[in-house]
Amino acid sequence: MSAAQAQADQGLVIIGAGLAGWTTAREFRKLDPTTPVLLITADSGDFYAKPSLSNAFMQGRAPAQLVTTPAATMAVKLNVTLHARTRVMSIDPLAQTVATSAGHFKYHRLVLATGAQAIRVPLAGNAAEQVLSVNSLDDFGVLYAQVTGSAAEPGPTSPAPMAKPTRRVLIMGAGLIGCEFANDLAAAGWQVSVADPATSPMAALLPPGASAELRAALSELGVAWHFGATVTAVNHAPHATAHQRQSALQVALSNGESVPADVVLSAIGLRADTALAQAAGLRCERGIVVDRWLQTSAPNIFALGDGAQYASAADRTLPFVMPIMSAAKALAATLCGSPTELVFPLMPVAIKTPALPIVVAPPPPGTAGAWQAVEPGLWHFLDPDGQPRGFVLTGKQTARRGEQCKLLER
Amino acid sequence: MKTYLCIVCGFIYDEAAGRPEDGIAPGTKWADVPDTWACPDCGVAKADFEAVEV
Repeated sequence: MSAAQAQADQGLVIIGAGLAGWTTAREFRKLDPTTPVLLITADSGDFYAKPSLSNAFMQGRAPAQLVTTPAATMAVKLNVTLHARTRVMSIDPLAQTVATSAGHFKYHRLVLATGAQAIRVPLAGNAAEQVLSVNSLDDFGVLYAQVTGSAAEPGPTSPAPMAKPTRRVLIMGAGLIGCEFANDLAAAGWQVSVADPATSPMAALLPPGASAELRAALSELGVAWHFGATVTAVNHAPHATAHQRQSALQVALSNGESVPADVVLSAIGLRADTALAQAAGLRCERGIVVDRWLQTSAPNIFALGDGAQYASAADRTLPFVMPIMSAAKALAATLCGSPTELVFPLMPVAIKTPALPIVVAPPPPGTAGAWQAVEPGLWHFLDPDGQPRGFVLTGKQTARRGEQCKLLER
Repeated sequence: MKTYLCIVCGFIYDEAAGRPEDGIAPGTKWADVPDTWACPDCGVAKADFEAVEV
């Protein structure tokens, strides 16, 4: 077979090996065991549960232990040709080809599962480049190495945080990811500070009462809050040497405070990675714009996951796990010849803060109304007719998720 | 009693605790959890869970 023929044989090409990419491959294979599938990823392609990144310390899991299925095993199991550590340079929607660091590939259908990038704000200071953010297993490996003080390639043994001098972590952002990391690191024995311009944790997602409960629960774990403040500069601490047990960094806040830290973690949000799609002329706004069948503005190119802006979600991006599962199932059916409109079910978000477990079902975007406390640990978002359109459960009340979902679905 | 990990989101099903809110009594063996049950955190099917030793 000639090289040209080999290329022409590529049926489905998926870019990205995060949850969206691998789940699309898995769902596609359930329906079509034979069409060639090529998966291209800039990272290793190892499969891991991304939500585990923000509760791994407490469970004593090193980065390598978070991999549930190695890339090579995934490729064999799903009968997929995998190009790992491969960059896609460009897409030609007319020729239906992708140009990569491993050569050119022709596609019949292309799926963009390119995800999102952590939002970074420019900071002053001589150590600003040391600020970390965690949006992948590779990122987590860097955080893990810094926080545990271990080598970049930790072995399979669990960390022993209590045996080391207490280390300080400053987290930028008191949103969902910031709070999950705060809980995880504080519970694992580190001194955690959180800075956020808002006045309480997860202020955009939670009613004030629930937010106050979370604040109190994390304070009890030792988390120090700096609300109404942003980080302005990160500097090396004066006179800090490797031999001294003092914090390596000094973090300046907008309220004039200065907080010592060994590690600064930025968790201020995600922005859809649209670079590749945009360069190919695909319509992009907050994410890669897709219709209710997950098709982009170009024929035979589809998108899902953190990078997609869904018509099925009132033109929003949905950077959570549950939407990916629904999207991948619908897309696989569409790719296999049964056009399937994506309809998202009610998708409550479970927030992994064991100090105060929380389940949030936010009201549909643009819904008029207000949060109302119903009973301890339960809030409803009531529309002007008094109908519940969203709920929040905290603590033991999270067990009532199913019942509350039914109430909303009525 | 064993625990099972959702490979997609990290949710853990603990046989000892069961999942009373989904009608699964404490002590219910994984094998006896209905095939229609899905991960409460991410919606994946029972088939996508894996056994983990804790």
